[in-house]
Amino acid sequence: MIKAILIFNNHGKPRLSKFYEHYNEDTEQQIIRETFHLVSKRDENVCNFLEGGLLIGGSDYKLIYRHYATLYFVFCVDSSESELGILDLIQVFVETLDKCFENVCELDLIFHVDKVHHILAEMVMGGMVLETNMNEIITQVDAQNKMEKSEVSASLKICYLDQIQ
Amino acid sequence: MPAVSKGDGMRGLAVFISDIRNCKSKEAEVKRINKELANIRSKFKGDKALDGYSKKKYVCKLLFIFLLGHDIDFGHMEAVNLLSSNKYTEKQIGYLFISVLVNSNSELIRLINNAIKNDLASRNPTFMNLALHCIANVGSREMAEAFASDIPRILVAGDTMDSVKQSAALCLLRLNRTSPDLVPMGEWTARVVHLLNDQHLGVVTAATSLITTLAQKSPDDFKTSVSLAVARLSRIVTSASIDLQDYTYYFVAAPWLSVKLLRLLQCYPPPEDASLRSRLTECLETILNKAQEPPKSKKVQHSNAKNAVLFEAIALIIHHDSEPNLLVRACNQLGQFLQHRETNLRYLALESMCTLASSEFSHEAVKTHIETVISALKTERDVSVRQRAVDLLYAMCDRSNSKQIVAEMLSYLETADYSIREEIVLKVAILAEKYAVDYTWYVDTILNLIRIAGDYVSEEVWYRVIQIVINRDDVQGYAAKTVFEALQAPACHENLVKVGGYILGEFGNLIAGDPRSSPLVQFNLLHSKFHLCSVPTRALLLSAYIKFINLFPEVKGTIQDVLRSDSQLRNADVELQQRAVEYLRLSCIASTDILATVLEEMPPFPERESSILAKLKKKKGSSKLPDMDDSRKNVNGNTEHAEDAEVASKVPSHTFTDNLNVNSAPSSGASLLVDVFSDFSSAAPTESSDEHFPRFVCKNNGVIYENQLLQIGLKSEYRQNLGRMYVFYGNKTSTQFQSFSTSVSSNDVLCSQLNVQEKPVDPLIEAGAQVQQILNIECVSDFSDTPVLNIQFRYGGTLQNIAVKLPVMLNKFFQPTEMMSQDFFQRWKQLGAPQQEVQKIFKAKNQMDTDVTKAKVNSEALGQCEHLGPSVTDLSYSINMQSDFSFMILLLLWCFYESSQLTSLCSVAFTPPALRFRCSSVGRCGS
Repeated sequence: MIKAILIFNNHGKPRLSKFYEHYNEDTEQQIIRETFHLVSKRDENVCNFLEGGLLIGGSDYKLIYRHYATLYFVFCVDSSESELGILDLIQVFVETLDKCFENVCELDLIFHVDKVHHILAEMVMGGMVLETNMNEIITQVDAQNKMEKSEVSASLKICYLDQIQ
Repeated sequence: MPAVSKGDGMRGLAVFISDIRNCKSKEAEVKRINKELANIRSKFKGDKALDGYSKKKYVCKLLFIFLLGHDIDFGHMEAVNLLSSNKYTEKQIGYLFISVLVNSNSELIRLINNAIKNDLASRNPTFMNLALHCIANVGSREMAEAFASDIPRILVAGDTMDSVKQSAALCLLRLNRTSPDLVPMGEWTARVVHLLNDQHLGVVTAATSLITTLAQKSPDDFKTSVSLAVARLSRIVTSASIDLQDYTYYFVAAPWLSVKLLRLLQCYPPPEDASLRSRLTECLETILNKAQEPPKSKKVQHSNAKNAVLFEAIALIIHHDSEPNLLVRACNQLGQFLQHRETNLRYLALESMCTLASSEFSHEAVKTHIETVISALKTERDVSVRQRAVDLLYAMCDRSNSKQIVAEMLSYLETADYSIREEIVLKVAILAEKYAVDYTWYVDTILNLIRIAGDYVSEEVWYRVIQIVINRDDVQGYAAKTVFEALQAPACHENLVKVGGYILGEFGNLIAGDPRSSPLVQFNLLHSKFHLCSVPTRALLLSAYIKFINLFPEVKGTIQDVLRSDSQLRNADVELQQRAVEYLRLSCIASTDILATVLEEMPPFPERESSILAKLKKKKGSSKLPDMDDSRKNVNGNTEHAEDAEVASKVPSHTFTDNLNVNSAPSSGASLLVDVFSDFSSAAPTESSDEHFPRFVCKNNGVIYENQLLQIGLKSEYRQNLGRMYVFYGNKTSTQFQSFSTSVSSNDVLCSQLNVQEKPVDPLIEAGAQVQQILNIECVSDFSDTPVLNIQFRYGGTLQNIAVKLPVMLNKFFQPTEMMSQDFFQRWKQLGAPQQEVQKIFKAKNQMDTDVTKAKVNSEALGQCEHLGPSVTDLSYSINMQSDFSFMILLLLWCFYESSQLTSLCSVAFTPPALRFRCSSVGRCGS
């Protein structure tokens, strides 16, 4: 099971945090800091797995992470997940973001937190991997956007009518 | 076209985020955020109703503020309102807020549940998915209660869309994790298994996750999944990748599904059916073969996906542990990975090899890689990888290579990361003891440990070395000589002073013949460290000094002078002062004979499991400990361990008679040692098999029997008229038990009432190991006797017989019923015959507390209906008990005060006449 998914930048600023187990706000922030501390001091080209920090459950949990340009993507998982499988899942997540945002960069994640959450929700649900097929994920996201567009244009029409009256 | 167009969206939100990002200081940021929070708060509280768009915008702002680490204490209600919006985007943002911010015991859960219920019933797949996501992400008990029965229906319904099925499967999995008792098994289970045949691979993946978790809990119900999983896996592995279209990832066919299927198969033993088995073997061989093929792509994703499947296949091969051919191939494959240029693969190879090392077929093959692993320990740049290398060395260690491995670990310890030093120390200590043929090597190793990493040597480690030295005559002289030499170093660790003090105090006479280590030299050496040590160590040294007076009468004067000095007799620490006074007095008044008796050499310690091993287990969580035969067999090592401790704390510690304590000198130095051995009781218990019995009236798990040799733990579960009991036999000694056999005997009457069927148990129990036996129990009719478990084994030539009463009681088969008070009394009245009722009045021993009583009665799995009677302080419960024929027991528990004394009255009405004993015991629980 995936216990938490964290994205933060090279300075440790959180860009996305999703916990599948309940912690209070303080602990969540501490976990993010602890995880950043553990991950950021590691060299490039070392392995992508390490034992979790104390707050997240110690050696029963693994941190599986990838570092892309300015961002760290970290999944905290228990022993029931395949390490390489999760590593690939991170890749699918990033490729999906890249398709949805066209050359995704840190700013996209900042200004569209909700969208990132929605995309993630198509892949991981309640800590379990829901869908791994990128085309399927993008189809769902597209469908969401279409609905959103139609609702926006509908509400614009109403505004317009309001103004006429 | 990008799926998210950047132009639209909420302008206010973008402006706010930009503002925050432009803040020059933390203070400015906090100020801006507080301003925004005030703004949103006033908007939410304002008279003007907000439209959906504004609500959505503000909720998004709150989410952003939350991400920055600020508390959000409002907005929940607005988010809940968004849930009932008809607009998808508003509903979606509402659900997002809830799943990020609402915790599981929020008061709003009821409102949220309502919205979810509507969406689940909406038949709009998008809305249903949102609702299922929310349930899975929050996963609270209230949600489980509300929806646990709906979701299986959605999952197996014929007309459910694929995407909803996927979500429903995972949602059910999540609820099963958080509140397993609320997810009912039922006719849907068979249909879930058939989802493995579904067309849509996403559905199959989700279903496999679900089935894996369910199968771990009740393997029998999901047995049929094995053949389906093998068939599915075989189709994936052998198919040309184009067949699976979108689920091919960088030229690997459905890697995630393959991994999940292989995980599912790890819940079961190898299939018994020959054709199925050969089909699975074929799959595994194909996966191993593919690893040797040239890669279809240079991308790392390709090799990752391929190897994810490969590692899972290897895990399955190791789990089955039955095909020597496959095991050796797996080992060779991992051997290749050990030298791979990808760090990830080296890491995983080391990890998998740890488990492989425990298989008898491949242990030797693993050992051939020892040089590679040692060089990994020396050259890997990454501490995670080095740690795995330590684990593997530990796992592959046996008599033939123990000296080499221990030496390597010791030398690594000098440079090891601080975070893992303690663990390495424990591992070295265990290996040194376990594989010591020559105990001088053991003593050297432990002293080296203390020298290199004294701060990380825990008490268990130095207790253990003393324990071993005292028990083994052949090493005492050597130990005394070695610690004497080690103490010569100008700076030595305090742990070394402790070991040195203890050992010289006991065995200093063995080296006193050499003028270089004459009694006076020994004493001066120890005393030169005295002032640098902490109080407990000084206390231990004082005990060593009094022992010296006995061993070496010639230094008596010198030592008495030391004891007499103000720094001892008037020491500020009361423990040290008391020791000095008492020891001084003892040395003055006691005759040589009395001194010799009082200060006699310590008797040998009883053989018991190494406390170091226990410590390591505790540290690592034994399920993960990839090593040491005993911990491997101990599936539930953690709970067993906790029970060990519980038992240990109950045995009075006075049973350990420290000779130094005879004259009432409280010696904390020695009591340190007492603690470790405290669960040794000096009088060998003979057939004290009933003492733990009463604890099992309300409990199903725990230790039922323990003596110096053997510990018997129980885990039991009951369902309706059937029960299963797992009996764990733990060998506490360092010698194996032979011809171990067990039988369950019942008297003639009981035989017809209760069937107990035992599975065979291994006739050999290795030293320190634990084996498990399963007993299947069936209740045929009501009974009042208890079956007896007879155990027989040979320990060091003598035959041991133990009889233990098995805690199988009628109340284990009770099933609760809840009913209205009217029904209760109607039934009560129907049971009018005198032999159908028993009444017992007893004084409550403790104060009656309604909640506590309720909890106690509930722990007996009884249903209840409250406030039945007219009495003011009454409690009433009903039980319905079922065996193969079921009948009802009604129990009424009254509590009333009698001249300020609390008395409870327990009435029981029942149909069959034989239940007197059990029912009154239920009453006692309630008192």
